[in-house]
Amino acid sequence: MDTITLAHGAGGAQTSDLITSIFRRHFDNAYLTSDDAAVLPAPSGRIAMTTDGFIVQPRFFPGGDVGRLSICGTVNDLSCMGARPLYLTCSFVIEEGFPVGELDRIVSSMGETAREAAVVIVAGDTKVAGKGQVDGLFITTAGVGELLPGIDLSGKNAKPGDAVIVTGDIGRHGCAILLARDEFGIEADVTSDDAPLWSAVESVLGHTKDVHAFRDATRGGVGTVLYEIAKESGVGIRIDRGKIPVDPAVGGVCGMLGLEPLYLACEGTMVCFAPADQADEIVRILRKGKYTANAAVIGEVTADHAERVTVRTEIGAETLLPPPGGELLPRIC
Amino acid sequence: MENQKALERIRNYNGKPVRIMEVCGTHTHAVFQYGIRRILPESVRLISGPGCPVCVTETGYIDEAVFLAEKGAVIATFGDLVRVPGTEKSLAGARAEGAKVKVVYSPLDALEYAKTHPEEQVVFLAVGFETTAPASCLAVKKAKREGVKNFYLLVANKTMDQAYRTLKDSADAFLYPGHVSAITGMGIYRELMREGISGAVCGFTSGEILTALAVILKRLEEGKPFAENCYPRVVTEEGSPAGRALIRETMEPCDAVWRGIGNIPGSGLRLNSDYHAFDARAAFRVPQMHGRPNPACRCGDVLMGRITPDQCPLFGKKCTPLVPVGACMVSSEGTCSAYYKYDMLPE
Repeated sequence: MDTITLAHGAGGAQTSDLITSIFRRHFDNAYLTSDDAAVLPAPSGRIAMTTDGFIVQPRFFPGGDVGRLSICGTVNDLSCMGARPLYLTCSFVIEEGFPVGELDRIVSSMGETAREAAVVIVAGDTKVAGKGQVDGLFITTAGVGELLPGIDLSGKNAKPGDAVIVTGDIGRHGCAILLARDEFGIEADVTSDDAPLWSAVESVLGHTKDVHAFRDATRGGVGTVLYEIAKESGVGIRIDRGKIPVDPAVGGVCGMLGLEPLYLACEGTMVCFAPADQADEIVRILRKGKYTANAAVIGEVTADHAERVTVRTEIGAETLLPPPGGELLPRIC
Repeated sequence: MENQKALERIRNYNGKPVRIMEVCGTHTHAVFQYGIRRILPESVRLISGPGCPVCVTETGYIDEAVFLAEKGAVIATFGDLVRVPGTEKSLAGARAEGAKVKVVYSPLDALEYAKTHPEEQVVFLAVGFETTAPASCLAVKKAKREGVKNFYLLVANKTMDQAYRTLKDSADAFLYPGHVSAITGMGIYRELMREGISGAVCGFTSGEILTALAVILKRLEEGKPFAENCYPRVVTEEGSPAGRALIRETMEPCDAVWRGIGNIPGSGLRLNSDYHAFDARAAFRVPQMHGRPNPACRCGDVLMGRITPDQCPLFGKKCTPLVPVGACMVSSEGTCSAYYKYDMLPE
């Protein structure tokens, strides 16, 4: 069996063969059965639930692949709410003719990432679409997490005086994808930041429950998150250009292509809003984490300039951060 | 440190009021991004000149491209041009009606596309100054050598030297473009200096721009015409003879109409007789187009530094980066776009 055929999606012997040889092998856990739904122990408190679809070209890129992305994306969405990720489901739409070997690598990467993030994949679905009906492979994951008690995280909660913290250097995923597409003839050593961030969030919330918001800076990057939160909370945000951590290679590519790193996607970096007096300790805790060693305070929430994001530039002037949208940036996740 | 010194010099300037014109779209963008206008003393005015290739391209050129697209040619172009309004429609509009418009990053990509699609007629929209012209020249030279028969250029390339002469009364000194100068070298600026026109070649970091501004202010106070190279790590005295040779080999000077400025004799380029077969205008018998831009749009006055974008009645209302009326709002290097994106701080 070298490529996926319509028979793999027909529900017969070949379907069950595919499930056993690939999905069950990589996802194996006690809750994943042949029954129509997974039966799970309920958490004691409130739960958070989310879903997300994943399409990326190329499917394998430096630092990750669409499989790892599909686990991290959902794990991080739950983490942003202060919910410990517990259970995930996944649904595949596969194009007829898709190489089985590639599917195996992607599913293996999902299994590995799930184990790293301490979540279990409890249910799944596979559909095969005719040649040309989908572009290779679409993955959708959904997840349930258990909210930590005493926590109230929301994009509406940012308050004037809050510190704005990024959990790592920005724009690496978007930059890695642009380079991997090889449309610009540029070579640079950039690796996607694609990573599950629950343990980072948990360690911050273990120190203080007085955090106002976490948001992962995926499509649209940190700049888009800042505008979202400014709007949702009805506040202004001022950031300091000199304090934003950007990998030198990412900075170089952005310089060449005229891109703003604040608008490049991250897949393992969040923006955190917390009272200023907590900021230094939060950064100190984050910097001990595997994926958050470059965490930094990049700015503050203000009462003035509501719903705007301003930048203190490297020469000390204050300008508007150009609002998101209208740019011809390719879709990258 | 370098920034601080230049910054102080600029802040402490106490000479007579001066106008400095940056004539490169990338400079305009950088000036806004760094917030440089916000730190200038009142007596120093920075005006944005016609240095964005998309912005100075007249409406009739878009009409020509739309005409070709509707005739069935594949239009290969830099992305910025796609949304520039023509008299009736933009290329984006033509594309929505079924025309083939392909965004490329280089004319060589367009040539490659033509070679792999021999059944299609591919027209590359050759706009831009001395920096981008050589790549179009190279593409057409390669096409001739390889006998490619389905690749054409719709040329609206321009050269800067005559533009400085036309604009000389709009500014006391020019911030000369970094990339263009890498091709032209310093020779043209020495010539302009002899005619009484001053300026400094400038790079693109905040330090390079501040340094060039500080140098210009100092030289203006001295009172004699000057031509300074403040970007020596990239711009040499002789520039790029190879780039200039490519242009000479395939193109020749012609008159050109600049949006908002009008005709500047000898400021345009067209394919020379050796490359006539690659001229899309001839091959497709494009009729003379008299483009009519939106009469309320004041791009022209913005390009000449006569008004700032917010003085245009359309700015920020009918004309925004998402729904642009004028070219200066479409291009990411355009003055209106930079103004809109970086400077719309509420009072």
